[in-house]
Amino acid sequence: MHQPNKILTPVHISKADAQHLLHQMLRIRRFEEKAAEMYTQGHIKGFLHLYIGEEAVAVGIMDALQPEDGVVATYREHGHALAKGVSANSIMAEMFGKEEGCSRGRGGSMHLFDAETRFFGGNAIVGGHLPLAVGLALADKMQQKQVVTACFFGEGAVAEGEFHESLNLAALWQTPVLFVCENNGYAMGTALDLSESEMDIHAKAASYQIPSEVVDGMDVLAVRQAAERAAAHIRSGKGPYFLECRTYRFRAHSMFDAELYRDKSEVEEWKKYGPITSFIKRLKNQDLISEAEILELENQVAAEVNESVKFAESGTLESEANLLRFVYSEKKLVM
Amino acid sequence: MKITYREAIRESIREAMQEDEKVFLMGEDVGHYGGCFAVSKDLLAEFGAERIRDTPLSESAFVGIGIGAAMNGMKPIVEVMTVNFSLLAADQIMNNAATILHMSGGLFNVPVVIRMATGGGKQLAAQHSHSLEGWYAHIPGLKVLTPATLEDARGMLISALKDPDPVLIFENSTLYNHQGELSEDAGAVDIFKAKIRRQGKDISLVTYGIGYHKCVAAAEILAAEGIDAEILDLRVLRPLDDATILETVKKTGRVLIVDEGWKSGGISAEISSRIMEKGFFDLDMPVARLGGAEVPMPYAEHLERIAVPQVETIVAKVKEMI
Repeated sequence: MHQPNKILTPVHISKADAQHLLHQMLRIRRFEEKAAEMYTQGHIKGFLHLYIGEEAVAVGIMDALQPEDGVVATYREHGHALAKGVSANSIMAEMFGKEEGCSRGRGGSMHLFDAETRFFGGNAIVGGHLPLAVGLALADKMQQKQVVTACFFGEGAVAEGEFHESLNLAALWQTPVLFVCENNGYAMGTALDLSESEMDIHAKAASYQIPSEVVDGMDVLAVRQAAERAAAHIRSGKGPYFLECRTYRFRAHSMFDAELYRDKSEVEEWKKYGPITSFIKRLKNQDLISEAEILELENQVAAEVNESVKFAESGTLESEANLLRFVYSEKKLVM
Repeated sequence: MKITYREAIRESIREAMQEDEKVFLMGEDVGHYGGCFAVSKDLLAEFGAERIRDTPLSESAFVGIGIGAAMNGMKPIVEVMTVNFSLLAADQIMNNAATILHMSGGLFNVPVVIRMATGGGKQLAAQHSHSLEGWYAHIPGLKVLTPATLEDARGMLISALKDPDPVLIFENSTLYNHQGELSEDAGAVDIFKAKIRRQGKDISLVTYGIGYHKCVAAAEILAAEGIDAEILDLRVLRPLDDATILETVKKTGRVLIVDEGWKSGGISAEISSRIMEKGFFDLDMPVARLGGAEVPMPYAEHLERIAVPQVETIVAKVKEMI
């Protein structure tokens, strides 16, 4: 198991940039706290997998991407969707099962989709979306588009055959994929050392001839810098790139998880070095943010999150007459 | 023109690739080897390795890549060697191809075409010989095509490439050498309707794929004995064309379903059920079925032969019914 980095390294960014990154992380944190609350109140059902603790990864990676770049994520993807630009309103409405949701209430928490921001799900078969990402990227390459497809997955996916098949093909065909492994140490409740003979995940990527790096996934700046290097490499036509972001999940796997597999003290220790806590400390050390400015950001975020709940509450339930829609396309077949 | 089933598919792929640069073919041994069943022979030289893409033995990945590419502007034709191997990609077919349109609330359609060989008859035993198309027909979101004729071998692929949703095409491996006449201007065909290919008044033989050819031979023998069999080629296993099935039921009142797949939970069970639900009062006797023996396919020739319906078993069953 990896350990938190306890050293607060100096930051070299502008005040505006610092506040932007903090704002993005706070949006995810507060949105998910609200989602958990809505879950407990029974407004959100099914599975709810929270990303709390891992925000620096999604925010750092998305900040290095362009609007036309695609994202393929897992079932723990509220943060990725928010950071890619999917509206909080449409995500919350989706989790409420409303027609105004980004997937019209057909997907729920695990299957957020958005065409405008090129957000290709929300995929809940571990490893099953890696081939999709390689395919999306292959299509971009064959159409001569300089576009990156970022594919997020947990370290649990590394045990799946689809991980190895996809890495091999991405490298063999030099497809423009940014593989982002969010290594939070536990595949649901199974620790990495109980599931992998080779625990150095980035070494596996390297064995497929894919340039790879290990990144401190709790440090938004480190993630962004690595993602910028990766995106530049990919855009220059040199094929895929692999980032192993070492991070930690503060909350349970899903709302049903009693967390028997890890010590509370371990979680508490990691929380001390959480991505938001550490970033704020570093910014304060250099006078890049004040308490008043943090409060201002918190207020902005609270307004956005509260608005999303109102939007979701006032949304409509799709007519039951529409149950069988979207099994097949509604466009007519041109013969 | 005289053409084989294999050539009809090849010409269809060739034309589609000439017409639309977004079409590409991908699968194991489709390029340098020329296709496991030689369907794509010579296409690599004509179109190059970008568009006739040899893949490693990674069914799940290359089927999933086809799905991803289809979601992003390309029109991939994915060839999976045999239906048994497609089970390695069942996750992609079931969990992605069939679900993404629905899960995304209609945002992303998946216009991928997945072709594979199906069926026995070549003594390839229990991991290369099954007829699992009925399984795939269980899944909402997929279209399942089973071309039996040269016209369909050519035309169904053209139509499948124009379809906005995932289409699976099952080519019976014993049909690749089947030769016949095909009109020069044969083109796209309907991929929603079944077709009554032989008119008859005494009994309806409901079948598809290789079963169609066995029923044709059986009908000729029966005709010599004064029994006039109608043959319904299902063509499409999902969505099933209930209207045409019920039309033939109404006409003859006797139905024999012929399918190489297993009967238990199979497509023949589904068809029989629909006839009972919607055409019961048009029946003169219970619906009968000939299906694959409930056994993994044996290797030995004589055992494999009796494991699936044959012309003589169809003839015998019809005589028993009339």
